[in-house]
Amino acid sequence: MKRKPLQTLLLFALVLLVLLFVYLPVAWLVISSISTRAELLSTPIRWIPQNPTLQNYINIFSPGRSTSEVAKTFRITLWNSFVVASSVTAITLVMGSLAAYALIRLRFPFRRFILLGILGTRMIPEISLVIPLYLFAAAYRLLNTPLILIITYLSFALPFAIWLMAAFFQTIPIELEDAARIDGCTRLQTLFRIILPISSPGLVSTGLFVFLTAWDEFFFALIFTSTVAAKTVPVAIAEFTGRYVVDIGSMMTGGVLAAIPPVMLSLIFQRYIVSGLTAGAVKG
Amino acid sequence: MRRKLSLSQQDALLGLALIFPSLVIILGISLQPILSTLYLSLFETSRGIESQRTFVGLGNYGNLLTDAVFWVTIGRTLYFTVVSVGLELVLGLAIAQLIHAHPPGWQFLRTSLIIPWAVPTIVNGTMWRWIYNADYGALNGLLYQLGLIDKYIPWLTQPTTAMNLVILADIWHSVPFIALILQAALATLPADLEEAAAVDGANALQRFWFIRLPLLRPAILVALVIRTVEAFRVFDIIYVITNGGPAFGTVTISYLTYLESFSFGHVGRGSALSFLISLFTLIMAFLYIRILYRPEEQ
Repeated sequence: MKRKPLQTLLLFALVLLVLLFVYLPVAWLVISSISTRAELLSTPIRWIPQNPTLQNYINIFSPGRSTSEVAKTFRITLWNSFVVASSVTAITLVMGSLAAYALIRLRFPFRRFILLGILGTRMIPEISLVIPLYLFAAAYRLLNTPLILIITYLSFALPFAIWLMAAFFQTIPIELEDAARIDGCTRLQTLFRIILPISSPGLVSTGLFVFLTAWDEFFFALIFTSTVAAKTVPVAIAEFTGRYVVDIGSMMTGGVLAAIPPVMLSLIFQRYIVSGLTAGAVKG
Repeated sequence: MRRKLSLSQQDALLGLALIFPSLVIILGISLQPILSTLYLSLFETSRGIESQRTFVGLGNYGNLLTDAVFWVTIGRTLYFTVVSVGLELVLGLAIAQLIHAHPPGWQFLRTSLIIPWAVPTIVNGTMWRWIYNADYGALNGLLYQLGLIDKYIPWLTQPTTAMNLVILADIWHSVPFIALILQAALATLPADLEEAAAVDGANALQRFWFIRLPLLRPAILVALVIRTVEAFRVFDIIYVITNGGPAFGTVTISYLTYLESFSFGHVGRGSALSFLISLFTLIMAFLYIRILYRPEEQ
């Protein structure tokens, strides 16, 4: 159907409007991170910083004597977040793809019941699990360790990975597998030599979603960690607001740094994000 | 002499072996804690999470159901859920349609939508909290310069306004998610139906209402259920933007559970609340499964 020029113009105006809504807050976040304290606290508001500075970033990456405690430890929390998110991703990819393969291709007792159970578990909120998990962590001295975060993150990451991988395995034609079996491959050989290699888009997509969700996670980290030993980035950022003197510049810088890995990953692997979303991904 | 297993028996054994590790973990860190929460909710614990417990049966539930604070909190949570998810669906569908119409710049728009979705929730909240700042915030600065307000407004000191602004931040984060899902669904719809209807004289609104919307129904329902479950348990964004304030005015059900369990030391009561949230989630999960696995698709 052909459109009149006026209609195209109107649609283009709407595109610009949505783009403004998307980019204005982000632009303000970035601008605030490179503004001086004096400019941030000036009225009337200055939209473009007169003296842009990277001091806030320098404070985080090579902290000096006068740097605040939160900014000083921010680097360590970035590392903690990375360790926790990558471990969770690695564990769920291995266990999740094995379990998903079994659920989709092998007949065994209670298969359907387990599949639906996993679908249901995926939706259980963290708040419903946190009290017993806290008691467990306290009893085994796991509070303030990355390990407790890795264990508890599996509660949402594993069902999610199983379910997403199952959706991907379902799209692989069964004939392919039958052919491999006729050629003398065992089940496991078929899985490792045929199925997993051609499901690599599914693995990338699942890994990406799990990593982003774990990087994003706040509630368990808030409850289970309070020291630098395991504290993750979201907790560190929330702590910037807790102080009575709020250092807006550092806070916004922390925000930019925390957002860069997930935003870059999502943009680079855009294609996988969209295919994951259509498979019904859960991170909202 | 060893009996040789049949192929199907081998498959069944292998299946159980492959699923076993995951099953142990899920049972251990999801199912067990839910049951344990149910157990803890039958006791009263008034001095912190590791203090002495007294058995009170269903007392905690009775207290909750007769407590005005509980019902006000439920009401507030429903308000947040209905308003944010409702607006997100409408806006998400509108943006999906916009992209689907392929105006100039649609590909850049689609890519850009990934950004708000990928920004971590806590960063999102912190950013909006700074935008809403009463003395130096960008919202006040912008509205003042446009002449829409004549003095700066302390946005987060009034409960309803604070809640609506939390909803705005949530919309910024979640509309892209819905728009991307629906846009992908739109791209798979057959074009010939709408073209045929157009030839038969159906106008744009009729084509949308009678053809496109029914075809999109499954995708919309999936997005709706996922977002409803998420919105009902909202915590992070409220924690960062308002901290539950002003005067507990933005405390939702998850936030109340957090306060009862970890700030006030009422672990029994917190457990009861948390079990009620599990029940609600299970009902929603059941609905979700019904939508995904309708009998005719099996």
